[in-house]
Amino acid sequence: MSRAAESVPSGKPSGLTVAGARIDLIERGEGKPLLFLHPENGIDPSLPAIDELARRAHVVAPTHPGFGRSDLPKGMRTIDDMSYFYLDLLDQLALRDVAVVGVSLGAWIAAEIAVKTTAQLSQLVMANAVGVKVSDRETRDIADIFAVTEPDYLEMVYCDPAIGRRDYKTLPDAVVLAAARAREATARFAWSPYFHNPALNRRLHRIRIPTLFLWGAHDRMLSEAYGRAYCAMIPGARFELIERAGHFPHEEQPKIFAEKVMNFVACK
Amino acid sequence: MRVYQFSEQPYYPAWNEHSGSLRVIFPNRKCDPRVAADLFHRYYDEYQLTDELGLDIMLNEHHQTATCMSSAVVVGLAILARATQRARLLVLGYPIGHRPDPLRVAEELSTIDVISRGRLDMGFIKGIPYEIAASNQNPVHLMERFWEAHDFILKAMTTHDGTFNWEGDYFHYRQVNVWPRVWQEPHPPVWSTTGSTTQARVLGERGYVMATLGTGFGTRRIYDAYRNGYVAKHGKAPGADRFAYLGLVAVAKNREEARKRGELIAGYLRTSPIVYPPFRNPPGYLPPEDNARMMRGESPPRTYTKGGRVISMQTAPIDDLIDAGVLFCGTPDEVYDQLVAFCEHCGGMGNLLMMGHGGFLSHQQTVDNLSLFAREVFPRLKAYKQPDPEAALATVAA
Repeated sequence: MSRAAESVPSGKPSGLTVAGARIDLIERGEGKPLLFLHPENGIDPSLPAIDELARRAHVVAPTHPGFGRSDLPKGMRTIDDMSYFYLDLLDQLALRDVAVVGVSLGAWIAAEIAVKTTAQLSQLVMANAVGVKVSDRETRDIADIFAVTEPDYLEMVYCDPAIGRRDYKTLPDAVVLAAARAREATARFAWSPYFHNPALNRRLHRIRIPTLFLWGAHDRMLSEAYGRAYCAMIPGARFELIERAGHFPHEEQPKIFAEKVMNFVACK
Repeated sequence: MRVYQFSEQPYYPAWNEHSGSLRVIFPNRKCDPRVAADLFHRYYDEYQLTDELGLDIMLNEHHQTATCMSSAVVVGLAILARATQRARLLVLGYPIGHRPDPLRVAEELSTIDVISRGRLDMGFIKGIPYEIAASNQNPVHLMERFWEAHDFILKAMTTHDGTFNWEGDYFHYRQVNVWPRVWQEPHPPVWSTTGSTTQARVLGERGYVMATLGTGFGTRRIYDAYRNGYVAKHGKAPGADRFAYLGLVAVAKNREEARKRGELIAGYLRTSPIVYPPFRNPPGYLPPEDNARMMRGESPPRTYTKGGRVISMQTAPIDDLIDAGVLFCGTPDEVYDQLVAFCEHCGGMGNLLMMGHGGFLSHQQTVDNLSLFAREVFPRLKAYKQPDPEAALATVAA
C-alpha cells in the first residue's frame, strides 16, 4: 500500500500526505473499509462514534484540509476542490468497496465525491447533510449559524446543548486552536453560496449506489423537510430519523448512529 | 500638519430606539427619509464650511447602520468634488475587498480625482467586521481580495496606452481601459488604516499613509512597526506626513463648554460598538491564533492612557478619553498642547483626522467648534515642527 503514514499508537491520529498536503488521519478497526467524513465542527479522536463504527469496520477518518492540524492545500477554496482531494486519498490508500459516511459538511463532501465517481464506493450514508438548495431564493433552507450567539447555536444544533458546551479557558491550546480553525475552515468552504453548491442538485442523479439519509430529528439548523427533499434527489435513497439527536447525531446517539450505519452497510 | 475634518454623518435621532444593535439588523423603518435629508444637507454644509476654513475633508462609509448614513461614499465624494474649492478629499476608507467590481472603483475614483482637479486621497481599507454581513464577501478571503483589488485599481489608473488583461484569483477582465484618466500622477495618494503591527509593517514597506483610530498612547508601537517596514524598503525614516491619527476634537472658549461638546461628540464612541455580538467577529476576519486567544478570554487591550492605563472607549469618562489621546478637548491652548504631546509620543504624526462633529453635537456647536479650531489651533499646528524622523527611527532600533 503506497501511503506515507506515520504509525502512532494509542488511538492518536497518524499523518498522511495527499497531493502535497499533510492531514491527520484516524485508522481504527478491521474489516470493510469505511471512510468517515466529519462535520463542520471538526473531529475528536475520542469520539465514541468512531469506536462504535470500528467494532465492525476498518474506519478511516481524516481531518479535512484546513481543519484541526491538517494543511490546507494551496488554492483549495471549495467543497468541489475537497472532493478531488478525497478521490486522490482513496487512490493513494488503494481503498476499494468503501462505505462513505458523512455528517453535515462531511456528507456534502461525500455527495460531491459520489457525483464524480462511485467506482470505489459501495454505499453512501448522509447524516443531516448540507450541500443543496431546495427552496426558493428568499427562503433560507439552512439557518445562518454565523448570525447567532454561541448559546443559540448550541440550542440549534443539539437536542441536548450541554453536549456541545466547551469551556475553552480550561481546554488544551491545541483543542482551542482546532475549534478556531474549524470555524474559519467552515466559512472558507461554506460562506457563499451558503452551505451548498447550486450545481449539485442537477448532478445527484448520477449517484447509483445504495444511499441512506440519517437525520437527527431535533436539528434546528436544517429541517426534516430539507433532508427528505435532498434524499429524494438521489435515486432509491432511504431516509431514517434518529430520535433524541440534533444536527450531529453521531455525537448525541453514537450507538444508534453506528448501528444504523452498520446495518445498512452489511445488507446491501 | 494637515487636518482633515470628519463626520460619520450619523442618524442620531434613532440612537435611543435600538434593541441591542445599531448596526446590521437595525430596521431602516427607524430612518425617516425627511429627517435624513435634512441631516445630509446639514452635514454637507458643514463640509463646505470646512473647505472655506482651510481644513481638508475626510469621508468614510459603513453599511446598514444608524451610526453612519454614508453607505455609498462615492456619493459624498461626488457632491464635495463639485461643491468645494480647495480642500483635499480623503476617503478613508473605501472597503475594496468587499466590492464585487474593482473596475467600477477605479472608474469612480478617477472621476472624482478629475472633477476635484486632483484633490483626492484614496484610503483603501479592510473594513470593520460588521461590514461582512452587508457585502457577504467571504471573510476568510477578504485580505487576498483586498490586495488583488488594490493591485488592479492601481494598474487601471496607471495604464494609459490601451487595454490590459486581468485574470486573477478573484477578478477577471479582458479589456481594461479606464476613462477618465486620473488627474494626479501616477495616481492619487494611497492611504490605509490598521491596528496590527504586522499590517503596519506591510504599509511601511509600500510607503502608504497609515492611519490608526482609538489607539491613543499605544499608537507608537504601531507607528514603529511601520517605521521598520519603511526603512527596510526605502533606506530612510518615514516623514511625519506618512502617519495619520483619528481623534475627536472639542474646542471652546472655556473648559466647561469644551467638555460639554466633548461629551456630545463622544456619543460616537458610546454608540459605535452597539452591535449584535455574532456580527462582531465573523470567522476568518482574524487569524485562528488570535481567535483561539479570544476564546480563552484573552483579548488584547486597545486603548491606553499616557500613563499606560487601559481604558474602554465606550464607557470611559471624558477625562480618561483626554488622557488616552482619544479626545482632544479644552480651550485652544489646551487642545494645541494635547496634540503636540501626542505627536511627540508618536515620534511624528503629520495628519490629524479630526472628528470635529460626532454624536449629538448640534449644527451651531459644530460650526463654532470648527471655526474656533481653524482660527486658533490650526495655524499653530501648521507651524509646529514635528520630531525628527531619523531620531524617531533610532529609538525603534534602540
